[in-house]
Amino acid sequence: MSWSQEELVAAAYAVVFFFVLAYVAIIAAKLARLQRETSELVELARRKSGRES
Amino acid sequence: MGLALVLALIVAPEDADQGISQRIFYIHVPIALTAYFCFGLGAVKALLLLWRGEERYDLESYVAIHQGTIFGALTLITGSIWARASWGVWWTWSSNQLVLFLVLFLFYCAYFMLRFSLEDGPRRARSSAVYALFGVALIPVSFLAIRLAEDFIHPTVFTRDGPQMSGTMFATFVVCWAAVTLLAYVLYRVELAGKRLDADLRELREVLQ
Repeated sequence: MSWSQEELVAAAYAVVFFFVLAYVAIIAAKLARLQRETSELVELARRKSGRES
Repeated sequence: MGLALVLALIVAPEDADQGISQRIFYIHVPIALTAYFCFGLGAVKALLLLWRGEERYDLESYVAIHQGTIFGALTLITGSIWARASWGVWWTWSSNQLVLFLVLFLFYCAYFMLRFSLEDGPRRARSSAVYALFGVALIPVSFLAIRLAEDFIHPTVFTRDGPQMSGTMFATFVVCWAAVTLLAYVLYRVELAGKRLDADLRELREVLQ
């Protein structure tokens, strides 16, 4: 398959863009998981303090 | 990043020798330099871990090397595309700079294999730190390979006489380098914060349960 110079330049920049996009998506998914875990822990802490009092 | 893209793709003049494909230079070289910087930072943090023994340096070293590996992969991919545009091949084993960068990249890929094969704790932190320090020796070799071996395939833009490009091209390169470095720094801080938060939550869960 023959690639034109313009296509190769666009491909180089697109690869970087998609890598950064994928990285941001992974971090966003991780933050959502951490947020869910924090909510669970808050709930757990509330239940524990309710039981103790 | 937006300014860097505008300068690299629109404002910077077209290279008389390479034509439009030279525009890959503005993304490829800053990414490669950032990869070197991240690996170097990982080694500095590893040294601090061994020297001071503070646990936080282990995570900082790991995140820096993780960033370096991502930027290293991007260096290889964008370099391969540039090679196809300039030399007509995706890869050549005759260029020492390319092969040494690949060795450096694979060396740091093995860092993760070592790290995740050991149990979490001080032993893993120390072993990872020693490995990261060994890897840093490859950085100057990889960086200077092109000059030491008189490699005529891979172009040398920065020589003792200064950068071999026009003022606009050099300004574009500097802006692109600053943008990529800033991007790497932001990603480093975000990943580090996420990992620290993850560790804190795990500890909190253990305390509560």
